[in-house]
Amino acid sequence: MIPAIEVDFASLNIQTLAPMLVAIVGALAILCIDLANKSLDKSLYIILTVLFLLVDLGMVFGYNGAVRGFFDIMMVDGISVLAQVTVLVLSVAFVLLAFSKQKLQEYRYPEYFALYLFAVAGFQFMVSSDSLIMIFVGLETSSMAIYTMVAMHNRMKTIEAAIKYFTMGALATGFFAFGAMIFYAITGTVELGKVSEILVASEFNNYGLVLLGVTFMIGALGFKLSLVPFHSWVPDVYEGSTAAFAGFLAIVPKIAAFVVVLRFFEIFISADDLYVQNALYIIAAVTMTMGNLMALSQTDIKRMLAFSSISHAGFVLAAILIGTTQATIGIFLYWTLFAIANLGAFGMLWLNRNKDASISGYEQNTVESYAGLVKKSPMTAAIFAMFLLSLAGVPPFSVFWGKFYLIGAAVNADYIYLALIMALNSGIAAYYYIKPIVFMFFKDPIEIEGQAQNSAVLTNSTTMLKSVIGIFVILTVASIFLVEPLIEFASYYVQISGY
Amino acid sequence: MEHILSILIFFPALAATIGFVVHKDSIRAYAITVTAIEFVLSLVLWYSFDGNNPGMQFTEFLPLIASYGISYSVGVDGISLFLVIMTTLMTMISFIGLTEKRDLKHLMITVLYLEMTMIAVFLVLDAVVFYTFWELSLVPMFYIVGAWGGKLRIYSTIKFFLYTFTGSLIMLVGMLYLGYVYFQTTGTWSFNLQDWYMLQLPFDMQLWLFAAFFFGFAIKVPMFPFHTWLPYAHGQAPTIGSVILAAVLLKMGTYGFIRFSLPLFPDASVYFTYPMATLALIAIVYTAMVAYAQEDMKQVIAYSSVSHMGVIILGTFALNVEGIGGSIFLMLSHGIVSGALFMLVGVIYDRRHTKMIKDFGGLALVMPKYATIFGIMLMASVGLPLTIGFVGEFLSLLGFFKVSPILTIIAGLTIIFGAVYMLVMYKKSFFGPCNNPENKNLEDVKGRELVALIPLVGLVVLLGVYPKMILGPIDKSVTNLIEVMHTKAVSPTTKARILELNSIGEVKK
Repeated sequence: MIPAIEVDFASLNIQTLAPMLVAIVGALAILCIDLANKSLDKSLYIILTVLFLLVDLGMVFGYNGAVRGFFDIMMVDGISVLAQVTVLVLSVAFVLLAFSKQKLQEYRYPEYFALYLFAVAGFQFMVSSDSLIMIFVGLETSSMAIYTMVAMHNRMKTIEAAIKYFTMGALATGFFAFGAMIFYAITGTVELGKVSEILVASEFNNYGLVLLGVTFMIGALGFKLSLVPFHSWVPDVYEGSTAAFAGFLAIVPKIAAFVVVLRFFEIFISADDLYVQNALYIIAAVTMTMGNLMALSQTDIKRMLAFSSISHAGFVLAAILIGTTQATIGIFLYWTLFAIANLGAFGMLWLNRNKDASISGYEQNTVESYAGLVKKSPMTAAIFAMFLLSLAGVPPFSVFWGKFYLIGAAVNADYIYLALIMALNSGIAAYYYIKPIVFMFFKDPIEIEGQAQNSAVLTNSTTMLKSVIGIFVILTVASIFLVEPLIEFASYYVQISGY
Repeated sequence: MEHILSILIFFPALAATIGFVVHKDSIRAYAITVTAIEFVLSLVLWYSFDGNNPGMQFTEFLPLIASYGISYSVGVDGISLFLVIMTTLMTMISFIGLTEKRDLKHLMITVLYLEMTMIAVFLVLDAVVFYTFWELSLVPMFYIVGAWGGKLRIYSTIKFFLYTFTGSLIMLVGMLYLGYVYFQTTGTWSFNLQDWYMLQLPFDMQLWLFAAFFFGFAIKVPMFPFHTWLPYAHGQAPTIGSVILAAVLLKMGTYGFIRFSLPLFPDASVYFTYPMATLALIAIVYTAMVAYAQEDMKQVIAYSSVSHMGVIILGTFALNVEGIGGSIFLMLSHGIVSGALFMLVGVIYDRRHTKMIKDFGGLALVMPKYATIFGIMLMASVGLPLTIGFVGEFLSLLGFFKVSPILTIIAGLTIIFGAVYMLVMYKKSFFGPCNNPENKNLEDVKGRELVALIPLVGLVVLLGVYPKMILGPIDKSVTNLIEVMHTKAVSPTTKARILELNSIGEVKK
């Protein structure tokens, strides 16, 4: 007879789950409200989403219990808190972008906002566990939600994007399952902490198998992080979704994936495993460079930003490779500052969304369509230019300080060549970031069939959108004053979790 | 008076930001007033400057990113003082002489922002903040060339931006490394230049860091293999862009060499004296020849700038008080003279809409005043004694004579080459019969143009005759710089070499 298992409820430490539960309950609440009354406006759902996310954020901040919970599956350490805070704050900012003037198909469905909350909960699970199975569950929760959200935008290109994203994503999921399986086969556990202990104790015997597992993991996480050569879905998916959602895709899911990468590769970086380190080195360098080189030839700003986000992901991977405390702080600093500028840039595309172009299917975000914008709306052009310069890493705007800190971290860890690669890549990136500026400021509007291409400026803007963008303009310009508090905040959480 | 440097830096930016409110018909008066106030402020700074104190004065300190040792730290010494005054002067003069009609408001506000970054570069003592302003100065210039430039403006402005941006990034890696070395040595983070001056670096490290900083500075100067962006940027920029580019932006590079490379890496500076001198010599002789072959007046002056910047580099790497002092003086004089020359070309371009030498001839008959002013500036550019150009060139070459007489003689050719291409240009466009009917009825310089040019002519003569009022404070600070180099040098041969180079005019014991 099997003995009854007695579990003390208190030992479950159920509070570790509280933040995610808020998001999930919120999602269900939104669905229930929709059942009761079908004719509610999207603004209600947007604000409800914001509210639930804020409560969620409060839960994350308010948590001060034990690190472990729920049969040791949950692990709410400093990195987890930091990542959850970043995910939540940015999710709030992005969902506010849904206050658009144009009516979009997906915003008519409350399910969209429910899925948004599910995705956020998934990210929170991903970052709050070191069990490969729990990470897998979180990864899938968020991915499934996002596949659906991409598909809800009813345009021709969207179907291609959604299918491409789904198939590639499914493959990555398979890779992840295989990788986890191999590590379970070698070590008999799925908890990364114990995996690490056993591998180190056994001095990595079965090394071939370990490397195979690492390869699968690189494939799976590389897909999520859009590292070269697992990046091919990125431009198409971004192109197929709205600018607001593409901005979200470029930023938020990657935070969660970075944390997983950080936790996983920490095993090999702290053990000074040369093969894995070199593989990461090469992937980081190639991702940075290829992302930039491919962005050079783009004429569509959204695709250009997609390729550039690949390159930025390469920067962060480089920081993970460096592996010092400073580099880990740098990841969060860089990504937050990058998110500010990137949200701004995608936000500007979103403000100028051309509905007719989007329906008739021709390219709507080409650099040509922004030609001569300065004559029509100097303020729009100036703000857009500022966000682009910020992304290019021109001081004193936000991304520069992130780059500065990461290159500094590389130099301090004696990765001089990596630092030079990062620096030179910023130089390459400058070219494609200034291309739209050249069109906006120095060229005359291009006319096709007697009609100016960008006849519609700020067609999608509402006061709410303008205020969100305004806040990000201020954050970008004044980012030098953000750096010190951000570093202090991040270093507190990074240090208590021992990275 | 405590915050005068911060006021100098941020006043133009503040004025530019508020300037958006001013109506576009009145923006010219507004901008001239602002730059005039700024110029007066810089004169006040000179007045309250203690010429006998070789160190940094009016220093301010405000931590920005304390955990990483980055702070807003400013100060002025004899080296930067006159560069600041030259910047405020040339910005004001270029506004007075401005004849641009298109989008005047945007142009003037952009130039005011540019003035902030230029002044900040000369005053900031924190490497990271220095880098911030150094890079930020590209943005207004990028806009000026791109929006108001000539036919090839977009190509030129992108080339200018990418070239300088990439070079500086390598310098940034060098700065970060230096900060890290400081942290390793002392246990605290600091990017403050005065802290760095106390750091002694091993020889190999100095070589690498010198090379990293070299890319940032040499592209800006521009030195020989990296000069190709300059003729494009100059050729395509509007007059005000060329004036500021030649007068101030190029000086940022040479200033960087003096402020960073020499005192931070004394051994490397001595080690690299000959390679640097060779590059400078190639620039001097080669670009002088290229200048001779140009058909566009503006290109002639642009290439002559590269040639003169070569002399400045040569003087700097003489590593003695005469050479460095002379090169700083030459920076000032080149700023005034080339700025004036670009404005003069702008004057004729406004009237004829061409800059080609072949379109002119006999201008002296129709425009006597113009020809006179052009003649004086040309002589100053060539380095005629009793003009401002002579003093700096002479001192730079005198300083380098101590290093190598032969190289100095080759460099001395610059005076001859300079005379050749400048005088030939002058002869072709100003003398001879006035055959082209379009040139017969040209109006002479008048009004605003004269107001802008006459003070420059006055300065050219005044400082050419009596340069001591500027050379005095420069001398003090440069002597101090040499002492820093001497104490910081790690190898005894470097110390001996620096002492030996600094023995001009001393009685042999």
